[in-house]
Amino acid sequence: MKIDFNQLETPAPLCGTKEHDEISKHPSFELPVARDFDGFQKDAVQMVKPAKGTTTLAFIFKEGVMVAADSRASMGGYISSQSVKKIIEINPYMLGTMAGGAADCQFWHRNLGVKCRLHELANKRRISVTGASKLLANILYSYRGMGLSVGTMIAGWDEKGPGLYYVDSEGGRLKGTRFSVGSGSPYAYGVLDSG
Amino acid sequence: MTKQQANWSPYDNNGGTCVAIAGADYCVIAADTRMSSGYNILTRDYSKIIQLADKSVMASSGFQADVRALQKVLASRHLLYQHQHNKQMSCPAMAQLLSNTLYYKRFFPYYAFNVLGGLDNEGKGCVFTYDAVGSYERVGYSSQGSGSTLITPFLDNQLKSPSPLLLPAKDAVTPLSEAEAIDLVKTCFASATERDIYTGDKLEIIVLNASGIRQEYMELRKD
Repeated sequence: MKIDFNQLETPAPLCGTKEHDEISKHPSFELPVARDFDGFQKDAVQMVKPAKGTTTLAFIFKEGVMVAADSRASMGGYISSQSVKKIIEINPYMLGTMAGGAADCQFWHRNLGVKCRLHELANKRRISVTGASKLLANILYSYRGMGLSVGTMIAGWDEKGPGLYYVDSEGGRLKGTRFSVGSGSPYAYGVLDSG
Repeated sequence: MTKQQANWSPYDNNGGTCVAIAGADYCVIAADTRMSSGYNILTRDYSKIIQLADKSVMASSGFQADVRALQKVLASRHLLYQHQHNKQMSCPAMAQLLSNTLYYKRFFPYYAFNVLGGLDNEGKGCVFTYDAVGSYERVGYSSQGSGSTLITPFLDNQLKSPSPLLLPAKDAVTPLSEAEAIDLVKTCFASATERDIYTGDKLEIIVLNASGIRQEYMELRKD
């Protein structure tokens, strides 16, 4: 079975210069050479046992964006942590929420923070929430099918006021005023939608 | 002819348990020295702890071949850092490096469950706990490995610290003295050894404080 490595190739740089290649290109991931790549990934995921059981929500209100999340991480029936930070600071005016794989969310939010900072330095102004969420969505889309598990909301304040986007590892990106993500989301929606 | 599938796994679990506790000006990191494979003991005298920098000590349980490879990668990255910056890496910096190193093998993970202990830039004890692919958080105490489900509830009871999510940020470090914390660790392992077949033989304890680093051993049950 030939593995399609196209998704992991770095996208062609928009400008001709190569100075900031080091930081702005995708990190390179080595892949196992297995006959049954998908089966191996499935087993590896079972081995890693991502923490599950999350409720996160965010909504826009008149003074800004409200973001809330629980702090429990569970592996099957065992609670692996009661103090997980599921709200991640991308930069001083943008927050991301964590649902799905903890390591995936932590790593890619930090990577997004780096890209936002590079944007600021290159364009002399802050990146919009729209732009930041698009950057993340495009990265996640390029790893689609590889087993990343990310269900995040990007919330922030930019020149247009408060902004809220939902981004997931399937490549979906939705703009909205009210979202809830995680296994507890149906219950959160019940409360959010009746108020 | 049907396609041949590989019928071996590149991973194995060598068992073992690691614990780390952060104090006001010290950090205790401990691990047992038993290395197993299935129902066999491979050796009774294997160290799972490594000192990565002046003020950072890592203990890892899981697949020891992956642990050894991870230790080598981190040690060489630390050497590069020292050459470039003319100083030792701080513990929080090493914590981020370990997280990134683990995530870079996201699609072929290191089967290593790590706790990183040390002193932060202010001299306070810090403990970072990880999963196999690099997600981490700073905590007041942590346990990883086969005996962790037995030890963690006990540490929760003895050391329950205020949640790091509270504002204003409260200290997660334990108010216990160094001697009390070491005693607590010995108690944890004595109990875990009773009920976990992969934990036992000998306990290795590393204590990091302002005056440097110290090593202690304690015998555990060998059955």
